[in-house]
Amino acid sequence: MELSGSEILVQFLKDEGVEYIFGYPGGAVLHIYDALHRQDDVKHILVRHEQGATHAADGYARATGKPGVVLVTSGPGATNAVTGIATAYMDSIPMVVISGQVPSAMIGSDAFQEVDAIGCTRPCVKHNFLVKDINNLADTLKKAFYVATTGRPGPVLVDLPKDITAPQIKIPYQFPKKIKMRSYNPTVKGHPRQIKKAVELLLSARRPMIYSGGGVVLGNAANELREVTRKLGFPITQTLMGLGAYPGTDKQNLGMLGMHGTYEANMAMHQCDVLFAVGARFDDRITGDTSKFCPHARIIHIDIDPASISKNINVDIPIVGEVKQVLADMSKLLAQTEQKSDAAALDAWWKRIGEWQAQDCLAYDKSSPHIKPQSVIESLYKVTRGEAYVSSDVGQHQMFAAQFYPFDEPRRWLNSGGLGTMGFGLPAAMGAKMAFPDADVACVTGEGSIQMCIQELSTCLQYDLPVKIICLNNRYLGMVRQWQEFFYEKRYSHSYMDALPDFVKLAESYGHVGIRVENPADLDSVMEETFAMKDRVVFLDVITDQTENVYPMIQAGAGHNDMEISPEHKKNLGAVNPEGELA
Amino acid sequence: MRHIISLLVENESGALSRIAGLFSARGYNIESLTVATTEDPTLSRMTIVTTGSDRIIEQITKQLNKLIDVVKLLDMTDGDFIEREMMFVKIRAEGEAKRAEIQRLSDIFRARIIDVTDSTFSVELTGAGAKLDAYLKTLPDGDVIETVRSGSMGIIRGKKALTI
Ligand SMILES: Cc1ncc(C[n+]2csc(CCOP(=O)(O)OP(=O)(O)O)c2C)c(N)n1
Ligand SMILES: [Mg+2]
Repeated sequence: MELSGSEILVQFLKDEGVEYIFGYPGGAVLHIYDALHRQDDVKHILVRHEQGATHAADGYARATGKPGVVLVTSGPGATNAVTGIATAYMDSIPMVVISGQVPSAMIGSDAFQEVDAIGCTRPCVKHNFLVKDINNLADTLKKAFYVATTGRPGPVLVDLPKDITAPQIKIPYQFPKKIKMRSYNPTVKGHPRQIKKAVELLLSARRPMIYSGGGVVLGNAANELREVTRKLGFPITQTLMGLGAYPGTDKQNLGMLGMHGTYEANMAMHQCDVLFAVGARFDDRITGDTSKFCPHARIIHIDIDPASISKNINVDIPIVGEVKQVLADMSKLLAQTEQKSDAAALDAWWKRIGEWQAQDCLAYDKSSPHIKPQSVIESLYKVTRGEAYVSSDVGQHQMFAAQFYPFDEPRRWLNSGGLGTMGFGLPAAMGAKMAFPDADVACVTGEGSIQMCIQELSTCLQYDLPVKIICLNNRYLGMVRQWQEFFYEKRYSHSYMDALPDFVKLAESYGHVGIRVENPADLDSVMEETFAMKDRVVFLDVITDQTENVYPMIQAGAGHNDMEISPEHKKNLGAVNPEGELA
Repeated sequence: MRHIISLLVENESGALSRIAGLFSARGYNIESLTVATTEDPTLSRMTIVTTGSDRIIEQITKQLNKLIDVVKLLDMTDGDFIEREMMFVKIRAEGEAKRAEIQRLSDIFRARIIDVTDSTFSVELTGAGAKLDAYLKTLPDGDVIETVRSGSMGIIRGKKALTI
């Protein structure tokens, strides 16, 4: 079969099993768009901004585990995609971005819409390729998917000069089923001796703690994590990226840890004597001041990426390998071993944890005349029975969503944890809705963030993607305002969103439903109404309390046991004395 | 501590910028970096001299290994190895006494004079970096017109080799 470069690309995507590509046309990719036009196996979603394309592909990837695919033109198309590529890179999301490039002969001449896409994206891709010869096209595409989806996943960009995709030049095409790369062989199995040592240390613990991260979600290891955690009977906490890998409502789960983690999770981190880190990378939002991190603990760390081991925190037992495989091996060992954990010590540890939990660190003022942002997420949880796909933007609303929507399944919580990209939420929700048209998909956002990719409302209409936008409208860049309140003596420099649009009318002008709610008493019924409109996009503009802050909060330089807690939480102190350090 | 890291990398146009970019993006030091194609034209051999604590060096080698273009890596400093660097120096050489002095010094360091004018010598010298530094120090202040250094290369002693 003789095909042109464009036809090879489209045929390859088909053969690779790609259902959707998110893209935006332009001069350098017109040949490709022409080839797309002549088929309907690979469905193209026309976004309204290339950033939206990358986030939508990213949301699709997070929700499904399959790589997201993006097609953009050269120059501004490629640069607009960079934010979304960097977002995917920071969270290790599998993605393949095809960017058009000016014809090979013009590269380097400052041609119209020329940008060095390889150079621009180099620091935020797992790898990138410039295709110089049509004969390498199919193999390069295969390598791109292979690299993006294996090992520690990540975005890969393939830059395609226009002449490579020209309709006149045709070559024989065959789908490359397998590809070998001499310089890329990710480790799969963990070292048996390390695994054995880890199991021994775990069973010798008196105050153990499991800390799991996004790697468990990415590595499809939720079942293995649940099995090992239940066998051990240990408390577990998750990072922002790891929510859902272990059921949020399970009694062994202490919730999220880190800067806005729960009191009990952070206290348990501080007091534990053995820390078991699973697919987590000791990010600074987790560790706080590294010199105060888990001062009593010996640390076990499973990670697919050797470079994550002992990068920020020195660990005692590193295990490099696929987390699914390593946990399965551990589980087997746990079943075989004679060694038993110290039941009395564990009981005492759970009792201590229970005291921390009893303080109810997420308590908030329920008598307020204003809608509290926390109550919006609780309402969302109720109405969607905890089963929705929830994307979020970045800010206070993101933290409230993470704290108040306990996810019981992985891949339901879609947020930009590593890069913290405002504008991620709506397109990511679109990607998830594309993949799961029958599921409830909500985008929890703020009036600041939503305006960073609001244009995608138009895409939602065109492709019939009835996502629900839950906008916690506090008329502030709330997270910025919170930091200014705490650290800049309430000098609210440029954190007030003046001149906001009327979101209800805005939604309507895009052909959607807009609802505003201001009264706490109306919240639940409006939430019901929102989700009852199965086939409409609903923009729910919730006017929330402007002054609410996210608690608990670990401030710069503090350890896990040194949290700023909420006024409501403070009222619950008294009865218990949790502060004393354990020996 | 100073480390000499040898790499075999894919001989592709982007490989060098990926490696240099990694050092600048992560704030690692590069003392020198040399690169040339090997006997296998698909591979380049690169030698990087860098400094850092053990922890940083560990990160450097891991991050380098993560790059898809890096085929193999060896931190020479872990074993017994030979290090060499080459240098050209153009030296002001006016008057019989000074010309004789430079020739004498060059002999001591086994440096070769490879070009001569009525007022300059060009000298070639190979050795470990410290030897090159020492030679430069012996030359009278202000007489060095130009130096060209290759950066260090290294090879492991004995039968072991960095090959694929
Ligand atoms: C693209 C981008 N620019 C700036 C920031 C910094 N930032 C973090 S949170 C935040 C405020 C977000 O405001 P809003 O979306 O209204 O959410 P809120 O905190 O009020 O819930 C800002 C500006 C960011 N994360 N991303
Ligand atoms: Mg806001």
